[in-house]
Amino acid sequence: MSDTSRSSAGYDAVVIGGGVMGCSTALHLAQGGMRVAVVDRGPLCREASGVNAGTLTLHMTRAALVPYAMRAWQMWMDAEKWLGMGVLATHVPGLTLAFTEAECELVELRAKARREYGAPIEVITPARAREIEPGVHPGLLKAGYCDIDGFASAYLTGRAFRHALVGAGVDVIENAAVESIDSGDAGHTVRFSAASGRASLKAARIVLAGGVWIENMLAWLGVQIPIKVLINQLIVTERIRPVMRTVLSVANGLLSLKQFANGTVLIGGGWQGEGDRDRGGLEARPQNLVGNMRLAAYAVPALAEARIARIWLGLEAETADAMPIIGDVPGVPRAFVVGSAHSGYTSGPFMGRIMAQHILGQQPDLPLFDPARLLGMPMPGA
Amino acid sequence: MAEAQTSSVDLVVIGAGPAGARAALRAQACGLDVLLVDENPDAGGQVWRPLPLGFSRAGDASPSPEAVQGDALRAEVRKSGVRCLFGHKVWNVGSGLRIDLIGPDGVVSWQPRAVLVATGTTERVLPFPGWTQPGVIGLAAATILLKSQNMLPGRRTLVAGTGPLLLAVANGILKAGGEVAAVLDLASRRDWLRTLPSLAARPDLLWQGAQWQIALRKAGVPVLYRHGIESVEAVAGGLRIRARQVDGAGAPVASASSRVFEADAVAAGHGLVPGTDVTRLLRARHRYDAARGGWIADADAEGRTSLAGVYVAGDGAGIAGAAAAGAHGEMAAVACAFDLGRLSARDHARERDRLSAQWRKPARFGRAMAGLMALKQGAVAGIPPATVVCRCEDVTRAEIDAAARDGARDVNQLKAWTRCGMGPCQGRTCSDVAGALLAAHVGSREAAGCFTGRAPLRPVSLAEVAGDYTYADIPIPKAAPL
Repeated sequence: MSDTSRSSAGYDAVVIGGGVMGCSTALHLAQGGMRVAVVDRGPLCREASGVNAGTLTLHMTRAALVPYAMRAWQMWMDAEKWLGMGVLATHVPGLTLAFTEAECELVELRAKARREYGAPIEVITPARAREIEPGVHPGLLKAGYCDIDGFASAYLTGRAFRHALVGAGVDVIENAAVESIDSGDAGHTVRFSAASGRASLKAARIVLAGGVWIENMLAWLGVQIPIKVLINQLIVTERIRPVMRTVLSVANGLLSLKQFANGTVLIGGGWQGEGDRDRGGLEARPQNLVGNMRLAAYAVPALAEARIARIWLGLEAETADAMPIIGDVPGVPRAFVVGSAHSGYTSGPFMGRIMAQHILGQQPDLPLFDPARLLGMPMPGA
Repeated sequence: MAEAQTSSVDLVVIGAGPAGARAALRAQACGLDVLLVDENPDAGGQVWRPLPLGFSRAGDASPSPEAVQGDALRAEVRKSGVRCLFGHKVWNVGSGLRIDLIGPDGVVSWQPRAVLVATGTTERVLPFPGWTQPGVIGLAAATILLKSQNMLPGRRTLVAGTGPLLLAVANGILKAGGEVAAVLDLASRRDWLRTLPSLAARPDLLWQGAQWQIALRKAGVPVLYRHGIESVEAVAGGLRIRARQVDGAGAPVASASSRVFEADAVAAGHGLVPGTDVTRLLRARHRYDAARGGWIADADAEGRTSLAGVYVAGDGAGIAGAAAAGAHGEMAAVACAFDLGRLSARDHARERDRLSAQWRKPARFGRAMAGLMALKQGAVAGIPPATVVCRCEDVTRAEIDAAARDGARDVNQLKAWTRCGMGPCQGRTCSDVAGALLAAHVGSREAAGCFTGRAPLRPVSLAEVAGDYTYADIPIPKAAPL
């Protein structure tokens, strides 16, 4: 590891957490002229950023985040240009399906809310929907339709970002678990343990980008902000004949379906499994597997023939108001936090860019999400 | 499935080969309520393979010793009244040890207090150009054809690889009326001679080995020691196989000229890898032990893993051979009965010591064979760059090396970056070789690690899991925030 030689001189910024948001922040800081390191307790992008469903949709994005997601969507589609390596980002239309009268209302309501924030979503007839997606269930009553949609292969995210970060001169320190941070007038000392032993880095600035573990990271600095942990189940099939050509979701957002070029179909939507922040994802809940598979095979009947190749879990973070936490850590100079966006993968690259713009003293392309608002805010249902 | 009842039982034994079947019989004798499950139609496993449903051995005047032993085991299981679920695949094991199975009548679940994993091994094939084309099968696959239906792999078969299966398959082919083009053995005569002391305990096997040698000589089959397959290509009417001499580490000798054989089938296998899918899924602690086949669950001599209530036995716990597997299975069953309070400390100690003594001799032989079949570093290093390593996803050796150079440090990162091991076999076929290739970059097999276990353990269809339902039956959760 080259970090020990660097540590005496110190970094302009050390990013703790190498997911999409941390990597994008680090890359944009390096491009802004800073000396940067990314530290992660595992390999880059092997938690939520590498195991999510890869959906690049506006249908499931929180309405107020639509402008962010639209900019990030373009960044994903252009990944090869700014990362030098792609993530198989694919542009296909997206449909939100309604099979009951109540769901029709929901589709109308949700399309309208997202339209107000700029998402080009229209509500279409079943006949039109079947022209766009012939594989859909004949019992369809109505659908939300958006041309700006698509998917990436999330498991390639770490490789692409690693390539870009190394190319930009960022020190990538993997398999190094940060244990504490000492912050003072002289800056921050980040202490971590790795296979080779304990070491530390000196940093003028730190960026906390630890997904669901942001709560623990903020606690190192004495800041208490609760972050809720969602344990999302994901299911992928074996390669099958083409059965669909869009990204599909249902009115309430609890399904995501897409077929990759290799023929596998990924079934997601945020059905909950067992696990927690400390132990990670443990196992799927059988009744939620059944529910998710029923919904998928109902939406696209040809899926019933598919065989499941693999089931896994990914952890998604949520703040008390279900909006991102991006900005200054309250009360700690030159410490920043970026994360906890709903549909964080979709918006991630752009969130990292605006975080970096703020740290570099530039005007962010869109406003940040001040962490201070969350101090003392109770977690709903907690 | 949501409506399926979960039945309770003391112990579920997964796998009804020699280890699992004997474990189930012994556990029942200790007073445990036992369920024995296997995806095959009856007990026996790979070595004592049962016939497919509807087949009988009626016309077989001289059944093999393995067929006789297998039939005896099956009769014993039937007579014992041990509850069996054959023709059922275990597709998931929950952390609370709930066992989800799928069988002819759909999905069923059982909730045991303990689970004993006796899932045997998977064949290792060291990839060579042409190994994924039709006509090329594993040595173990060839034994399945021969044992279960007396089928030949082809009219003329080339047999290649390592270990005792080479001679067994070559002779099985001759006995069934087929031709053997050649036998290529990565091991040398001296490697075989080194196993002689362990064979002294098994005069029956020594005798059988000698008979096999004689039969091959009589049939004029060339047996080439220290030789491996360089390539297999399809030609008009069959396959052209290039064989090349290898060194002691299994690496091709560049200066040697290749020998060419013609055949219409190739049976190639390079040893066995313990089946650890269940214990990896449960996140038990594992360790790498090349001499015992590769990654195995970290377990004590009686098969207790790092997880309470989870036991391993037989070759899946580390290769020691079928003859030792029965005693190992019984040892694990006795340990489980003791741990569940059904056996006194004194009875447990007595039985453990007796079974351990019974296990020792055959295990010594089995481990010598495992040593002969251990992965050869030179053979791995000699895999050509364009050769496919992961056949489910067509990932080549060059792609694995490139990912390692790009910074992939463990096999799970390698999997994400290349799709190696992401296909329907879940890495059962490629993981050992892919791990060895990555280890050459990162320093050790321990550093490269093993694939994280994932459900389903066997592919299961959406229709099977979803069952019959209407839209109203789907318990749709409340909407995500807008």
